[in-house]
Amino acid sequence: MIQRLLSPRIRAQIIKELLSILRDPRSRVILIGPPLMQLLIFSFAATLEVKHIDIAVLNEDSGRWGYEVTQRLSHAYFVNSVTTAQNQPDIEDLVARGKVIAALHIPPDFSRRIGSHEAASVQTLLDGRKANAAQITFGYMQMVLAEINREMGFSQGLIPERVALRHWFNPNLTYQWFIVPSLGGTLVMFVTLMIAALSIARERELGTFDQLLVSPCTPSEIIFAKIVPAVLMGLLLGIMMLSAGIFLFGIPFHGSILVLLGCLLLFIVSIVGIGLMISSICSTQQQAILGTFTVGVPAVLLSGFATPVENMPEVLQWVAQAIPLKHYLIIVQGSFLKALPISDIFMNAWPLAIIATVTLSASTLFVRSRLQ
Amino acid sequence: MIHSAKIKALAIKETRQILRDPSVFMIAFLLPVILLFLFAYAVSLDLKKVPIGLILESQSAKAESLAGAFSGSISFVVHPARKPKDVVDELVAGHIRGYVVIPQDFDQRLSSREIQPAIQVITDGTQPNTASFVANYAQGVFASWAEELSHEPATGAQLIPRYRFNPEIESHRFLIPGAIAVVMTIIGTLLTALVIAREWERGTMEAIFSTPASVTDIIIGKLIPYFFLGLGATIVATLLAISVFDVPMRGSWSALLLTTSAFLFPALGQGLLISTASKNQFIASQVALFSGFLPAFLLSGFLYQISSMPLPLRALTHVIPARYFVDSLQTLFLAGDVWNVFLPNMGAMLLIGFVFFLLVHRKTRKSLDI
Repeated sequence: MIQRLLSPRIRAQIIKELLSILRDPRSRVILIGPPLMQLLIFSFAATLEVKHIDIAVLNEDSGRWGYEVTQRLSHAYFVNSVTTAQNQPDIEDLVARGKVIAALHIPPDFSRRIGSHEAASVQTLLDGRKANAAQITFGYMQMVLAEINREMGFSQGLIPERVALRHWFNPNLTYQWFIVPSLGGTLVMFVTLMIAALSIARERELGTFDQLLVSPCTPSEIIFAKIVPAVLMGLLLGIMMLSAGIFLFGIPFHGSILVLLGCLLLFIVSIVGIGLMISSICSTQQQAILGTFTVGVPAVLLSGFATPVENMPEVLQWVAQAIPLKHYLIIVQGSFLKALPISDIFMNAWPLAIIATVTLSASTLFVRSRLQ
Repeated sequence: MIHSAKIKALAIKETRQILRDPSVFMIAFLLPVILLFLFAYAVSLDLKKVPIGLILESQSAKAESLAGAFSGSISFVVHPARKPKDVVDELVAGHIRGYVVIPQDFDQRLSSREIQPAIQVITDGTQPNTASFVANYAQGVFASWAEELSHEPATGAQLIPRYRFNPEIESHRFLIPGAIAVVMTIIGTLLTALVIAREWERGTMEAIFSTPASVTDIIIGKLIPYFFLGLGATIVATLLAISVFDVPMRGSWSALLLTTSAFLFPALGQGLLISTASKNQFIASQVALFSGFLPAFLLSGFLYQISSMPLPLRALTHVIPARYFVDSLQTLFLAGDVWNVFLPNMGAMLLIGFVFFLLVHRKTRKSLDI
């Protein structure tokens, strides 16, 4: 078997496939350069934290506490600027135009109520168009008020002291530790999927696929020759992404690098399988590229990259099982920070093997059906 | 320079080409439906029923009632456990996202005069967003439980929230308008990049150049069908968003079509520029992925807050047309016709588009000289 796979016929095929990808010097650059650049750029963008925001305050209170709240907010680490509003329509307008994400209305009796130990409420208008960021902002602002309450000895401020909080595996919740391995996997998926999807479609568009069929190669040899270059490119890119995570971003790596590399290989083979399936039903490169997007974009959304899979409806959770990226993300995140036990890795690796087997057999069947 | 008859002929040729290839319809109408569906049901930023472990070491009535408060919360699905060992393995395996420990001396800790922690909350930091959610909501559950227990009226300063434009705080209501912007980027930029790169690759671009049509005619004639395809896809996506996915549309259709037209200008221009520079479908698709789709997805502010990004990235977002489109669409759907928002955004998009077309024009001329 091994000897057959390394026969001169297959070697020639593989070299031909590699050349068709790497012949163009711009292709060589485009395969490695931009994905790495993207990793650097986007890993700093993809955070749901809220920082550097603009808020507005309408302070009708002439006492000490209205001033105190405004001052503390303007010095809070998450605030960029505090706009002073003159009246209620002013507040509404600032929020509607998107100039501020939140606006506080401090009532005239605010200081008096605090002084007499009554509840003193501050109406807060938030931009529902950015409801997620607004909710986080609201939480931060509540902390600022809780601090004031604590200093005044009110019970409302005591919750943080009552709950001992610890984040395991990532004590400061550094966002890059999550995003870099995940984004790396996503970029590897897109590039590999595209290479594989174009491989058969390009030959059909150029008319060389028929030549391939009349060559002495068997369908499985043709598929094998198409798999190897895409897998090699994917592996190279994947290893570069992992190295960038470890050496450039300094993310702690607690798992086994060998096991992870094995899973990376499985992941890439299953992606190549999906790519070849797309390729085998497309007759032009344009169809293959658009097909890649139609499959790839929903796959990213369902993979748990942006939001957790367990939060999705059950039907979609089942669909997610068929997405290689979903399993790879669990393995790669676990390998970096958690030292995920081998049994848990296996639980996510065998679906990859099944996806790869199914998709690759389907592609071979397709090539065989073309032969007859 | 501009000849309407020639443009018309070119536009008709291009439209025929579109109608011939089913993949164009797939990307223009099937992908929007899938994406809108996923943003409505799969990608939700409102976490619910997050699985957590709960270790109840105390048998006291207070401890039991707090445990009940956690079990009753809609934010969590509680997996009770006796020993920390059980939950730790679950946490490592990713089956739970955190756990709460109510210690044996819970009552003493609660009633002691000096303030000390009464419960412990551990989260899985590998997913920072979920970890923050678990931390905040666990504190929230404890806070409302403590308030109920004390029976004291609330004192001190407190914030009363009111979410304008989206009072139910449904994340899909602002994600779906953003998803429309992502789809339009794929149609406008990727599709244009591909079709024109294909002409270069096959050598048919030279054939078109040898006709009496000017460069401007060719560009306009090629883009007109894709412009209308983009408008059509926007209308379909909007109708779906309103009727199926429960997104309100408070603005007007004319504002929607104007904004979309203003966005398609730079989107098509970018696609044209990519194809003119690359002249190869594979390279064009990669460049469109990295300069069009991913920025629209990650840097446009629809999923991730722009103000939270580091300064160089915040500066970069200003040249990404999708940023202005996402902002306009979210306002258009949720707030209504706020021209103070639309007009500056349209201006920015048209300016970016103008620069793209200027670059295309220079590049196309040069390549004809060779």
